[in-house]
Amino acid sequence: MGKLVHRVEPDLILQSYVVEVAKGVTLVTRQFLRNLFGRKDIVTVQYPEERKPYTPRFRGKHLLTKRDDGQVRCVACMLCATACPANCITIVAAEHRDADIEKYPTTFEIDLLKCIYCGFCEEACPCDAIRMDSGVHTLPTFTRRDQKAGKVNLLELAKRSTAAQGGDFRADNHAGALHGRGGHH
Amino acid sequence: MPLTGNVILDLVLWTVIKFAAFVLVFVMGTATVLTWLERKYSAVIQNRIGPNRANLGSLRLGGLLHMLADPIKMLTKEDFSPDTANPWMFRLAPLVAFVPAMVVFAVIPFGPGEHMMIANTELGILFIFAIASLNVYGSVMGAWASNNKWSLMGGLRISAQMVSYEVAIGLTLCGVFMIYGSTDLQEIVVAQGTTLGGVVPAWGIFTQPVAFVLYLTCAIAENKRAPFDVAEAESELTAGYWTEYSAMGFAVLALAEFVEIVLIGCVGATLFLGGWQIPGVHGSTPGLMAVQVAAFLLKTLFVIWLQLTIRWTLPRFRYDQVMRLGWRILLPAALVNLLVTGVALLWVDRN
Repeated sequence: MGKLVHRVEPDLILQSYVVEVAKGVTLVTRQFLRNLFGRKDIVTVQYPEERKPYTPRFRGKHLLTKRDDGQVRCVACMLCATACPANCITIVAAEHRDADIEKYPTTFEIDLLKCIYCGFCEEACPCDAIRMDSGVHTLPTFTRRDQKAGKVNLLELAKRSTAAQGGDFRADNHAGALHGRGGHH
Repeated sequence: MPLTGNVILDLVLWTVIKFAAFVLVFVMGTATVLTWLERKYSAVIQNRIGPNRANLGSLRLGGLLHMLADPIKMLTKEDFSPDTANPWMFRLAPLVAFVPAMVVFAVIPFGPGEHMMIANTELGILFIFAIASLNVYGSVMGAWASNNKWSLMGGLRISAQMVSYEVAIGLTLCGVFMIYGSTDLQEIVVAQGTTLGGVVPAWGIFTQPVAFVLYLTCAIAENKRAPFDVAEAESELTAGYWTEYSAMGFAVLALAEFVEIVLIGCVGATLFLGGWQIPGVHGSTPGLMAVQVAAFLLKTLFVIWLQLTIRWTLPRFRYDQVMRLGWRILLPAALVNLLVTGVALLWVDRN
């Protein structure tokens, strides 16, 4: 059953519009005075000085996490570059000294102009090496070249990862690694 | 008085001084402040902050300096005109819109006595009608010369709207002339110095309350501002008649609109709010005269405030609603008002 809408039949006073305009002017004036002197309803955020915090799930500029010894966690497995629908990740792999780690990226470059910030790369990463929880909004630059974020740039935002480190699956350390939380100390 | 060289020099000198004090300082000053105040006022009404960024070093004044920043920007940015525009008409149109709005202030009495107006003519309000109706030419000329469909649509709407409301506003103000028996604005103001039954001042708003409402409605419509801004109608016509205007051309057209707000305020204060009269105060000392001039300016500011508030209260009428309101409601209402005024005057005469 539909909802019955009660229409107000406009009488002459309503139709003359004068009283209604006066009511409107009163309302507007009251709101004006309230915002000027009383309780302020103003919702504006003065952007560059004031910022609203992003939600924890905000996908900002990418970052590469580090190992405990400061090396890059990425093992150049190419899963992120494969998952990337925008083809914005370029990785050049090289052999790592540590046989358990096997590979590391000599180049890790993200073209931030191509990136669509979908987050597939961090989903794909098995090592928690690439993340987008930096909370940083990618800044504008004067050239396209500057929007290509290289390994050094991406490591600047690096956070300590709480996930187990790749390359820790040695016999003596296996149990700790399985329990996660980096508890190999 | 023979027109010797000295007298003429005196006349010219005083005219220039009065022009500078009233038109350049008060009218242009108010119009300039309005360009900022309108944005700020609407912002505060709508729970926003409004323009507050313009500054000189650390001096911000809540954004008051926007009224200085705007002209600087307008003067330095590109003054674009379309290839297909009529170059002369396109450039001339803002002036044609601006000059009539300024000229009208010549007959506004801003203080007591025959010297407190720039041009002391008996024409008064007729002069205002004659010149103010020229205003439509500037807008229509600009609209046509832009050679742009949106502009032309806006121009058509302006011409129809202004012609319609010109009729209604003329008939509305006839009631005021009937009551005070003159078209000379100074005489009308003097006549408003008496009282009705010794209590209420004989201001136009009390003797002709319907006319005041009709005048305000028609005047806002003539100035093509919301709720009657169908000529601009940014949601329908991009920016209506001034779509193609940029930089100083646009600024002059916009300033003409703000000057007209002040004009509507001045005429409204003169005809309906007793001009420079302060109820119960009579006399002619220089100090009192200054207070009376201030009273007139305050009344003008009140009508300006009313216009701004109405503009930010009401949504825009549809074009056909504007036409219907003009011809089928305001015009008959003005005629009925005339009739009632005439009968009332006869009745008063008889008794």
